[in-house]
This record gives sequence, C-alpha cells and structure tokens, in this order.
Amino acid sequence: MSNSKKMINFMGVRKVLGVMSICLVIASIILLATRGLNLGLDFTGGTNVVVESPADIDIAGARDTLEQAGFEDAVVQQYGSSRDLSIRVPPQDGIEADQVGQRVFQSLAGGIDGLQLKQVEFVGPQVGDELRDQSGLALLMALGLMLVYVWFRFTNKFGIATVAALLHDVIIVLGLFSLLRWPFDLTVLAAVLALIGYSLNDSIVVADRIRENFRNTRETDPHLIVNGAINETLTRTINTSFTTMLVLVALFFFGGEVMRAFSEALLVGIFVGTYSSIYVVANLLFTLGVSKDDFLIPEKEEIDEMP
Amino acid sequence: MTRYPRWKFFLLLAVLFGCGLYALPNIFPDVPAVQISANAAGEEVPASVRRQVAEALDQAGVEHGPGEAVNTSWLVRLDSTNDQLRARQLLSDRLGDDYVVALNLAPTTPQWLRAVGASPMNLGLDLRGGVHFLLQVDMETVIQQRMEAWSGQAKMALRDEGIRYRDVAIDGQKLVATFDDQVAADAARAPLRTALPEFTLNQAEENPRLTLTLNASTLEELQDYAVEQNRTALNNRVNELGVAEAVVQRQGADRIVVQLPGVQDAAQARRILGRTATLEFRLVADQYSAQRAATGIAPPGTEIFPFRDQNNRPVILEKSKIATGDQVTNAQMGFDQQSGSPQVNVELDSTGARSMQRVTSKNVGNPMAVLFIETKTEMKTVEGENGERRQVPESTTDRYVINVATIQDTLGSRFRITGLDSPAEASELALLLRAGSLAAPVTIVEERTIGPSLGRENIEAGLKSMVLGMALVLIFMLVWYKVFGIFANIALLGNLVIIVGVMSLIPGATLTLPGIAGIVLTVGMAVDANVLIYERIREELRNGRRPREAIDEGYNRAFTTILDANITTMIVAVILFSAGTGSVQGFAVTLFIGILSSMFTAIIGTRALVEMTYGRGARAPTKLSI
Repeated sequence: MSNSKKMINFMGVRKVLGVMSICLVIASIILLATRGLNLGLDFTGGTNVVVESPADIDIAGARDTLEQAGFEDAVVQQYGSSRDLSIRVPPQDGIEADQVGQRVFQSLAGGIDGLQLKQVEFVGPQVGDELRDQSGLALLMALGLMLVYVWFRFTNKFGIATVAALLHDVIIVLGLFSLLRWPFDLTVLAAVLALIGYSLNDSIVVADRIRENFRNTRETDPHLIVNGAINETLTRTINTSFTTMLVLVALFFFGGEVMRAFSEALLVGIFVGTYSSIYVVANLLFTLGVSKDDFLIPEKEEIDEMP
Repeated sequence: MTRYPRWKFFLLLAVLFGCGLYALPNIFPDVPAVQISANAAGEEVPASVRRQVAEALDQAGVEHGPGEAVNTSWLVRLDSTNDQLRARQLLSDRLGDDYVVALNLAPTTPQWLRAVGASPMNLGLDLRGGVHFLLQVDMETVIQQRMEAWSGQAKMALRDEGIRYRDVAIDGQKLVATFDDQVAADAARAPLRTALPEFTLNQAEENPRLTLTLNASTLEELQDYAVEQNRTALNNRVNELGVAEAVVQRQGADRIVVQLPGVQDAAQARRILGRTATLEFRLVADQYSAQRAATGIAPPGTEIFPFRDQNNRPVILEKSKIATGDQVTNAQMGFDQQSGSPQVNVELDSTGARSMQRVTSKNVGNPMAVLFIETKTEMKTVEGENGERRQVPESTTDRYVINVATIQDTLGSRFRITGLDSPAEASELALLLRAGSLAAPVTIVEERTIGPSLGRENIEAGLKSMVLGMALVLIFMLVWYKVFGIFANIALLGNLVIIVGVMSLIPGATLTLPGIAGIVLTVGMAVDANVLIYERIREELRNGRRPREAIDEGYNRAFTTILDANITTMIVAVILFSAGTGSVQGFAVTLFIGILSSMFTAIIGTRALVEMTYGRGARAPTKLSI
C-alpha cells in the first residue's frame, strides 16, 4: 500500500495478550470438562426429522402432539425458517429403532395440513459411539502429524510455538462451541480439522519469515527481528484471512442449515488463528528464549530452503 | 532474469484443456427418464418390449424420447418428473413382473463428449435426494446357528463310534462335551478331531469333559461368507425395487452400506431390505392329536408352531425340512383362478425339486405345511457393567404356519403357496423369495433420508454461496492487486475448472454439500498463494529491486512457504477422509483436489500470465501494476 516503513510494535503488549490467551484456553478447558460439547446426532445416536409445512408451524403445538405420541424427550426447533421444523429424538426403547422417524412424522402430519418430510436421519447408538471414538482419534492424529511435520521443518522452539498456537486455536473454538451450546457434529469436526491445517499454515508463514530474518540480518535484538517479520507478513496474514472469511460469510448466509455450524466454526477459528499466528507464536518464542544462535545451522539446509 | 520455460506453458494449457473438456458435461442438466431392465440378470430388453414401451407411452399421450440401450437396459427420456412417475406406473402395469421399471436421470451430454468418456460429477445423496442405509449383520445369530449344526455333528460322530456322552453344550464359540468317565472322554478325542476340523481340542481337563474352541480362521470365513451372502441378497432386492445407480457395498467387517438415490418411499425400502423372511416346507405330524399339540410339548422329532390364519392354533410339524426358501429359483405373485385370493407361484431348483418329489410321492393324502420364518430386531436398553445404560439390538425370530394343504399328487419343481393375507403380502413374499434370503439377520444402524426438495435446496444453497463467495474474492483481489489481481482471478477460475474436471474424471469421487463447502473454502484459501507471492514482490520493489527481479524473487521466495502451508492442509484432508463418513469424505476429497490444483494455478498459472505481460519484449518494465 505505502512505502513508508511504519512498524507496529506488536510485541509491546505481548504480556497482556499472553495472559489473556492463557486465560481463554484454561476457561475453554474447564468448559469442555464440565459442560462438554453439545454433541450432534452423529455422535449421540438417535433420530432427527426435518419437516416442512406450507404455512408457519406452531412449535408449542408440535411439542404437545409429540408428547402425546410418547416422544416426551423430543427436542423441537425451528430449522432455518418458521415453516421448517427439526425434531430430535434420543434412541427409543421397544420400537424398531429405524422406524422412529416415520412415527414422529406421522404423529405430526395428523395435525398439520400439507406437512412434508424433508429429511430423516437415524444413527444407531453403536454407530454414534464409534463415530465419536473415530473423530476423537482423527483429531488427535491430525494434531500429532502436524507436530511431526513442524518438527521436521523447524527447530524445536519453532515447533513448540506453532503447535502451541494450533492447540490454542482448536481449544478456544471448542470452548466457544461448548459455551454457546452450538451443535457439534461431523461437519463441524471437518471444519475443526480444516482449521488445524489453516491455523498451522498461518503460523508457518510468520515463523518462516522470523527464521529468514534471523538468518539474513545483522540486527541482534530478537524483539526487533520478530516485530519486523510480523510487520512484513502482516498484510499477507490479514488479506488471506480476509478472503477466507469472505467465502465463509457467503457460506454462513447462503449455505443453508447444514453449513451454518461449519462456517461458524471456521469463522471463529480463522479469527483466533490469525491472532495466534501473530501473538502466540512470537510470544512463545520469546518465552522460550529464541536468539540468533538457534539459527546457526549447517549450510546444507540453507540450500534446501531456497529452490 | 530467468526465462519462463516453454514446457510449463504447454503443461498449463494441456491441463486446462483436459480438465475443461471433462468439466463440460456438468453444464448439461440431467433429464428425467425411466429405465427398463429384464428381471433375469444379464438379459437384454428385446425389441418387442421396446416397441411395447413406446406404444404404451404413445397411447397414454406421454411425450418421450426414442429410447436408447444402456448396458443391458433400455432408457427412455421424458419431459418432466410428473411424466416420469406416470410412465413408471403405466409401464410396470403393462410389462408385469418380468421387467423392472426404475426412475432414473439421463444425461444430456452431447455424443462427442460421451465418446471421450466425459460424464458429469456423481452427486451425493444430500444433493440428489434418496436414502442411505447402514446395515449391521447380526453375527451372533450366524455363529449360534452354525454352532448348533456343529454340535449336532459332534453328537453324530460320537454315536457312530459308540462313545457314550452326557451332553454336547454350546458355550459361545466353544463346544463342551461331557462324559461319564475319563475313559470315554479320552476315546472321544480322535473322532471329534476328525469330525470337526474347524475346532481346536484343548488339553486334558480334570473333569471327564472336552472343550473344543472354534478356530479364528474359520470364524473369519464364516463372517465373510455371511456378509458376502447378505450383500448379494441385498443387491438382488435393490434390483427388484427398481432403483437405478444404487450402491450396495460392504463396509468394515460386518456392515453393508446401501444407497438408493431418488427413492422417496424410505419405509418400503426399509421393509424390503431389512426383512429376513423365508419359507420352509415341512410335513405335518398328523399322527398326534390336537390335544397333544395344545400341551405345548412337542413329541420327539417334531416342533410346534402357531397357525396364523386359525387363531394361532398350534400345529405339530416334523423337524426335517422338505425344502427351504433358498432353493426357490423363481417366485411370482398370482391369484387363485377360482377364489381370486392371492398366491405365490414357486419354482424350486433341482435339489429342492428332487427332495419335494421324493417326499410328496410317499405322502399323497397327507398334509404339508408352509412355515414362514422372520427375524426382527428391536433395540433394548441394558445396564452396562459400570451401571451406564446403553442400547443393544436384540433379534427375535417369528415362526408361524401360513398354510396347510393336503398333498393331492406328487409335487415337482413348480407349485403354489396360498394362505396369504393380501396381494401386497404375496408380492413382497414373492420378491423376497426371488431375491434370496439373507444369511443372517440385519439391523439398520444408520439411516439418512433426504427428500428430493431438500436435495435441490442444498444444490442451490451450495451454488449460491460458491458464486457469491467467489465474486467477493475476485473483487477484493482486483481492487487490492490491480493487474496482478486479474492474473490471480484468472488462475482462480482456472482452479475451479480443474477441480470440477478432476471430480468428474475420478469415477469414485462424489460431490456432497460439505464437498461444495470444500470447494468454496479452497477458493478462499487458494488466493493465499498469490497473496504471499504478490506481497513479496511489493516488498522487493520497496527494497529497491527492479520489477523483473522483484517478480523472480517473489515467486522463488514464496514457494517454500506455499508448499509448507498446503502440505499441512493436505495431511488434514487425508485424515478426514479416513475418519469421516460419506458427506464429510466429500469435503476431504474436494479440499485435497482443490489444494493441489490451486498450487498449480497460483504458481505456474499466474507466472505464465505475468511473463506474457511483463516478460516478453525487449524492454524491461519499469513499473508493475500491483
């Protein structure tokens, strides 16, 4: 934009923000441990029915109807518009499990003219358990592989800093999902995994520049070097986050109910990820005592780095 | 300044042309059609039937295309989905049981495109509507049944050798034979080992008894066989239902995925798929009185079953079966010519026919019963070890007599079954007999039904957010990076063409709603590479480099960073693909393809455009529009 080399002193407030980050992470962990996530159908098992009516649906009436039909624990919600209703029923006893959806629809259809069945999802409790285990494993595996990758690419201090930033982002996003009771299903898991890739990407760009500047400058004050690197990559960091947010906003508003939680997770995640790539990474590097000595690596690797 | 190698330029053009070509079919919308196929597998639809189809449609005034052969079936294009439903009804009435009429979509891709093998992307069920089932094969029942047969074999082997035993009991996957004394137990070892090679005999025990453990390999074979058999039977049933492009696939050790695109009546599909109804033909043991039957204690060699049509009156049947449902080669619904009540006309295979002939010739004048056997599964809540409550499927088997008839004459391979409740029951029984019975009961452990309207809404929502998101990104890039922004935008559009082209090329790739989200997301993230490069170029310019040098430096220095960034996301995509299910896997696929193609277009593609604009000509540019 401009040629003036105006530097923002990012590291000036690093201690305050560091404390804030730590607090947020701890709060998120406490939330996750006590309140847990509002797990979606994929993970809990049960039946979810979406119906559509030509006119607005009276939710209270629908609840009563379902209660009379024996579905006392049904969760009835609007689904996108006042003409669409989503009904979630936990696993039932006694009825052939896969027929719950049909029964829910039939009991509702009796009271509402022209009611249409849009979607039925039934997940057996066993499958739900498996998907939960599998997803947890996928999450851990993604984090583990990222750790390995970063380990190969950077010195230890950078590896620790970028992975910490990654954990920071994932934990805070999950914490927010727990706080706001946003439903967490397979699509959201996909978003969180995509976030892992994205967040690390963001941190790597900043870390790469910090490393490059440590090697290529005569400056010895790590503060100035790191701050310079962050400033140099700032436009990139903001622009990329901005374009990604643009598409996510489009997805949030026009992608329908299914994509809402997905885009929420990523919107929050990218916001936090952008912040963490600037603050968490650099902050930790200082805490770990990064200095020019960390980059006195054999010439060989230098060649690898420059294709 | 290094010259841009020519091969990269040609590679770029070749990739864009190829992907563009294969992406093209997606522009042509599918039209509704009906697909007619012969009931007998592998048989073509004869010309006479093809003419009948055209005539029937003409008579009813339904506009239709000329029809075309697709594999062994005959596809007729229609104008609307209304016509499609009418035509199916019309044709299935006209053609009867020998042909299956299915709703399908016909591509309108021009011939020259189809000639190079180009076809539109597969759409997932969430985009086209339909039903997805995940069926769990009940292995315990399979094992239990097999164990009973083996325990019978063990007893027979012991009797043949004249060894006295107390009991051969089944304990899970073990047989426990108990004897009066150790001598008998020792003597039983050799005959048991030969009779049951599927088992391992344990070492000597204190008590006079022997424990046989089922070999792991046999267990595995048994499971494989049961799942495979079920898959075949389900496949047959799906074909009978007349669903085009259905998927019946094994998943994991004991599960089967069934996907029925376009099916709206999930209830019917569920009833047909999950049913394990089969028949047995047995002699009625009529030497015993009705009072004897009423006691509920079956005389040796017999079993007691309720007679459904006569207030569940108990009937005593011989234990041995004359023939069973899996020996049925053909079954058609029909009506009794005198009473008009529904019946099923059955044909048996040679083994069944021989047995039927042998038994009936000796028993003319005696009654024979048709026993109906059906396994149902319900969920039951049980208390776990730690007091937690969890749900487990529990199978119950219903067996009842549907018909008892006096054998008038020796029966052969063809006969009829009466005593059915309704034409609907008769036609379903005929279907189940034709399709073959399931080797083991199945439970539906997951079902996702997406109505056709929702599918359409999902496509619209996906497209809308993609177009809007992309437009926003294009505008931003143009405003921020000017001419270089145009390069990036062209690359972005090229990226989209490549993603769609590759998705259409890979036969197994399916586009789902999360898949569209994956494309949208890569659109947002794809410009990252260009942002990185351009920011670097700007920086180099600020540092006083000349434009050409700045371009070179920008591309070279940003490369490692871009690679790093993308590899991390690719790793995530691979993990997601292995952990997720259907629609989430769709996300992983588009994310992966999108990242690869975005690297290609953002690095090689924009570079080509930059070179074309600033690289040629004798004079080096003095200013860059960036």
